[in-house]
Amino acid sequence: MGRHLIIAAVITVILLAVIVSLHQEERYNLKLEELKQQYAIRPMSSIDHSKLEALKRDFETPQEVTEACNACHTERYKEIMGSSHWNWERTAYIEGRGLAFVGKKNVINNFCIGAGTNEQACAMCHIGFGMSNDRFDFNNASNVDCMVCHDNSEEYLKGSAMAGYPDRSVSLQNVARSVGSPRKSNCGSCHFYSGGGNNVKHGDLEESLLACDKEVDVHMAANGMDMSCVSCHTAEKHVMKGRLYSVSSDNINRAYCEDCHTARPHRDARLDDHNRRVACQTCHIPYYAKVNATKMAWRWSEAGKLREGEPYQEMNKEGEATYLSTKGSFVWKKNVVPEYVWFNGTADHYLMGDTIEIIPVPINSLNGSYDDKQSKIIPVKIHRGDQIYDRQTKILIQPKLFAFHKGDSAYWQDFDWNLAAMAGMQRVGLWYSGNYGFVETEMSWPVNHMVSPKEQSVTCEECHTRAEGRLAGLTDFYLPGRDRNEGLDLIEKILLYLSIAGAMAHGVFRIAVSRRWRNSGRKH
Amino acid sequence: MKIMKRIYIYKRFERFWHWSQAFLIIFLAVTGFEVHGSYEIFGFEKAVNFHRTAAYLLLGLTAFAIFWHFTTEGWRHYIPTTRKLTAQIRFYMSGMFKGEEHPFNRTELSKLNPAQRLVYLGLKLILIPMVVISGLLYMFYGELGATFWIVGGISLRSIANWHTFGAYLMLSFLVVHVYMTTTGATPSANLRAMLTGYEEVEEHATKEESVI
Repeated sequence: MGRHLIIAAVITVILLAVIVSLHQEERYNLKLEELKQQYAIRPMSSIDHSKLEALKRDFETPQEVTEACNACHTERYKEIMGSSHWNWERTAYIEGRGLAFVGKKNVINNFCIGAGTNEQACAMCHIGFGMSNDRFDFNNASNVDCMVCHDNSEEYLKGSAMAGYPDRSVSLQNVARSVGSPRKSNCGSCHFYSGGGNNVKHGDLEESLLACDKEVDVHMAANGMDMSCVSCHTAEKHVMKGRLYSVSSDNINRAYCEDCHTARPHRDARLDDHNRRVACQTCHIPYYAKVNATKMAWRWSEAGKLREGEPYQEMNKEGEATYLSTKGSFVWKKNVVPEYVWFNGTADHYLMGDTIEIIPVPINSLNGSYDDKQSKIIPVKIHRGDQIYDRQTKILIQPKLFAFHKGDSAYWQDFDWNLAAMAGMQRVGLWYSGNYGFVETEMSWPVNHMVSPKEQSVTCEECHTRAEGRLAGLTDFYLPGRDRNEGLDLIEKILLYLSIAGAMAHGVFRIAVSRRWRNSGRKH
Repeated sequence: MKIMKRIYIYKRFERFWHWSQAFLIIFLAVTGFEVHGSYEIFGFEKAVNFHRTAAYLLLGLTAFAIFWHFTTEGWRHYIPTTRKLTAQIRFYMSGMFKGEEHPFNRTELSKLNPAQRLVYLGLKLILIPMVVISGLLYMFYGELGATFWIVGGISLRSIANWHTFGAYLMLSFLVVHVYMTTTGATPSANLRAMLTGYEEVEEHATKEESVI
């Protein structure tokens, strides 16, 4: 009786242990609540610019507005004039190159290629007035555009192909009196539309973020925390926190999820441990371009087809241009699954004049590997395309694309690659052989935004699987559930089968002989 | 005529240890091979968590078992001997089919035959430590690898390979072990002994066997 009781007790304890270990109630995350509370309190501005006497006047030119700003904020322009937003370049140490000046001035991308000779159009996204060519005066404080970042009236707008000047429709008076901390729309006016349209370049930064739900972005959701860009990309003396590796090269002043969430936010040690080698974004951004499509490919080689001597465009059902005579053909995609790479926070770039060594040409290359302990797996958008290069010198060509009129060597007017290449290369100071072709290019864009609600995070099985998982392309390390030593597995399996077969043969033989004994009446 | 005697061969703790260990090892195999990618039952995340929980339980159980072996001097059952070893192997290979007597008769003081002694000792000193050590390294590879360069120097791939190798050996052992339970006086005698603790042995045996 007593023994039965003990057995019953033991079984009960085991059952309880099993139930307890199977049952996992979600633990309350106080830290997250505190973060939410912290970001729910919006800072109150200590000043209302509409009440300032100095701004109650008419402004003839945007420079006058800047001068009015500088009259009170007497030293701020110096900070701006030291920033990459202004200089379009930054000094960086790049392994293998040494000190390099890298930025929009001299990098190339595989969208509109480069700003050289095209400043009149490209400077629409420069925080200055009047960058129409390469002779812009970077020391003139009056040309700093304070309004593009600080306008809170939503009225300010840079003019198309106006070298960074505001559109003629803008009331400078209104804008000057309603300045404040940058809003999503301020940052977005450039960062959403880069590459010539909404979401063209990034894939994870676009106008839907101005009013989206949590499925699109948990941080910026209108029905969520409604955070703005500068909530995370904080600025100290106008130096924005955060790095984008289409132009950045070094591992400093980056904005990390961990800055708020810490490196161990899961309340599950196993998940937390992933952070050692896996960036938060890898699991928490299962898709990007969730609302509007992004350009995944751009083939310049197909540009220049004309109908009856006139350029034309073709659209798909969604209204996205799939062909433009001026630019070539495009591939657009929505809800894109990122590709994954190792990244240690440093990058190299194709700089004007570099000889092509690898095809597809890496327009930027993110450094990292499993063996480099500083590297983590990050999600990237890889934009693929082709663009013009010099067959003889094996360097990429900066073509002149933009001009107001025909006959100015601009490709978008004259559709003559040779002239465009000549004009562009002459301006950037590189020799052009006259023999051009098109070469495949690739550009990597780390995906950092459009974080999904935690319920929609990438699941374990999406990577830890023998099937084509999300990490199928990263083969320089052992991933449990995906990898195994197939030779060893086979030998071990054979060993196991031999044991089974041996036991079965032995057993069958035993049964057979015992039956024979029984039949022959032998005792046993 | 044989005189049968009922002896108490497996103490309560031994039976508890045996069966909970059996359950845990089978459960570890089921979840472990799911983590290995062989099939899908619980889903990867649950399989990992179950595997880890079961591993901790087995480690705890093993700690108790080691303690038990030392306090009861039970470890003496595993002292290897070559005496009657060939006879025992010959019995399994051929004697059994000819209806010969078991060359070894178990007693309370010597529960394991020479072949069992060797196999179980190998299990306890080589195979289980190999699986446990590789398992712990696997489980804490991130932390250990970052702290101790000597662990960081071992690739996760080789740790996983050793662990998997151990798992296959354990499975093979399990198959043979289960089959061997049927080779007692009657096919169910050994199983019944492990359940009840009692086994019927021939009376004369106790006199013949020397005490180790």
